[in-house]
Amino acid sequence: MQQLTRNGVLIDDTFAEAFGMRATAIIITAPTLKWARQAATTMTGYATSVIGCGCEAAIDMDVPETKTPDGRPGCRVMIFAMGTDELQKQLKSRLGQCVLTSPGSACFAGLEGSAPLDLGNSLRYFGDGWQISKKFGGRHYWREPVMDGEFLCEATTGLTKNAVGGGNLLFLAADNSKALHAAERAVAAIGKVPGAIMPFPGGIVRSGSKVGGKYKGMMASTNDAFAPTLRGVVNSALTPDVNAVLEIVIDGETSDAVAAAMRAGLKAVIDLGPKKGALRVSAGNYGGKLGKFHYHLKDLLP
Amino acid sequence: MKALTFSLLAEPEERLDLSGLTPASLARLTEAQIARLRVGTSRNPALVGDIFKLTGKDAESLVFDGSSSRLDRIGAGLNGGAIRVTGDVGSQAGRKMSGGSLFVEGNVGHHAGSGMAGGRLEIKGNSGDNLGGPLSGEITGMEGGILIVRGKAGDYAGDRLRRGTVAILKGCGDYAGYRMIAGTIMVTGRVGAMPGYLMKRGSLLFDRPPEKLSPTFVACGEPDIAFPGLFDRFLINEKILDKPLLGQKPGRYGGDNAVSGKGEILFRRGRQMS
Repeated sequence: MQQLTRNGVLIDDTFAEAFGMRATAIIITAPTLKWARQAATTMTGYATSVIGCGCEAAIDMDVPETKTPDGRPGCRVMIFAMGTDELQKQLKSRLGQCVLTSPGSACFAGLEGSAPLDLGNSLRYFGDGWQISKKFGGRHYWREPVMDGEFLCEATTGLTKNAVGGGNLLFLAADNSKALHAAERAVAAIGKVPGAIMPFPGGIVRSGSKVGGKYKGMMASTNDAFAPTLRGVVNSALTPDVNAVLEIVIDGETSDAVAAAMRAGLKAVIDLGPKKGALRVSAGNYGGKLGKFHYHLKDLLP
Repeated sequence: MKALTFSLLAEPEERLDLSGLTPASLARLTEAQIARLRVGTSRNPALVGDIFKLTGKDAESLVFDGSSSRLDRIGAGLNGGAIRVTGDVGSQAGRKMSGGSLFVEGNVGHHAGSGMAGGRLEIKGNSGDNLGGPLSGEITGMEGGILIVRGKAGDYAGDRLRRGTVAILKGCGDYAGYRMIAGTIMVTGRVGAMPGYLMKRGSLLFDRPPEKLSPTFVACGEPDIAFPGLFDRFLINEKILDKPLLGQKPGRYGGDNAVSGKGEILFRRGRQMS
């Protein structure tokens, strides 16, 4: 494989392969940012990959009180799924179990999409007849009495069909701490990009997968080509100086958001350099036939 | 193009029904045709040309230049475009309007915004009784839109309100929100007796505690809820108020328990009754 070098970091001439997805966004507010983030974190738990979780979700960004609908601190959460029905199902259950239940929370639409998804509309019956409907300013809200006051929730949020899931970067480093250092830098940089989330723990995934496996029924199994302990025994993608690989997976509201996020992550890791971070950066794909969106690393270099 | 302007020549000798003069109904008429429209309500009804001098061409935006409490039903049925009145008008201004904007710089009579379903009706002066309310025999009053009175409103403001927002900035008479079905009424300034009497659902939002409340309302504490922040932002964005109405932790009464009791009165605490 041909390689480029930037600041001593090798960049593989390859591409990340990503897929069209359905996505939505909501804004969760609370009396303090801590509790807004708590509701958001709880809601986006167990949402790392559509393979096992039904959706991929994470906090996109914090929203200051001057920008939230109710003037309280909040954060924007994005949720991605492969289909509209699954997205609605995940949104409803996560909202009901994790946001409604969180102290002081309120929830608003975070996206003007092509179609509506139910938000408060699906939870209003929790009010048992005491729910209050409010329509003003062209928007519809539900207020439900709860034990600490009221759960205020917009009736619907928007759905976008232009979302992209599966943008990724692979950081190949001399040891675990350097790989983690590089990945953390990239996560911090990508966190600033609006409309892009990293659904894995802390934004980072260590168990990259390939499609299928030797056992029946496995949709995905370990990415042996990038597992350093298998370097000698499988057709490895790793050179002898690499002992740890970490990946960042990116879902974006649009293809541009994914590209912007990958560009930000690449720049952060290149600026860090090979001595403290990654020796080499690569990206995961399936040969280019499965996903509609290809992000070539050479096009995204700083 | 200059707004089509109806300048009042003299105080009319009869009550006028101006419901026919909206941007939609005048769009394809010539000035001569407009001048022949009937606006009087007596046995020998006056025509537009007898009452007004016409200038300007743009029927999307109408101006009534003049002031008389005999100018009834101005902007009635308005569904788009804009109407501005430079003085006072009579009853039923903006009756059943569903879109567009009606701006009255003077005072309005009774039943302003009666049964309106959309759009924006703004009154710079005071309004008479039954603001937004139904006429006799009708089941619901205002069903949508925004109705703003920058001065005082009379009794029975928001009678049978079903949806939409009524904002009154210098106080109102008795029985505000009478028989309300839903929707929102906000009042700054002194509120008369028995607000929310027989209200089923909906919200009355006051900048001070209500003085004379029906005993069928019950105190519901001082909940710390997010709704006031959301609604305050709406009022400020719509340029209805320039500072928050309710603040944090408003007081709350629930009622009217003489009917379904699902309505509420939210009010800013800490301000003494004046």
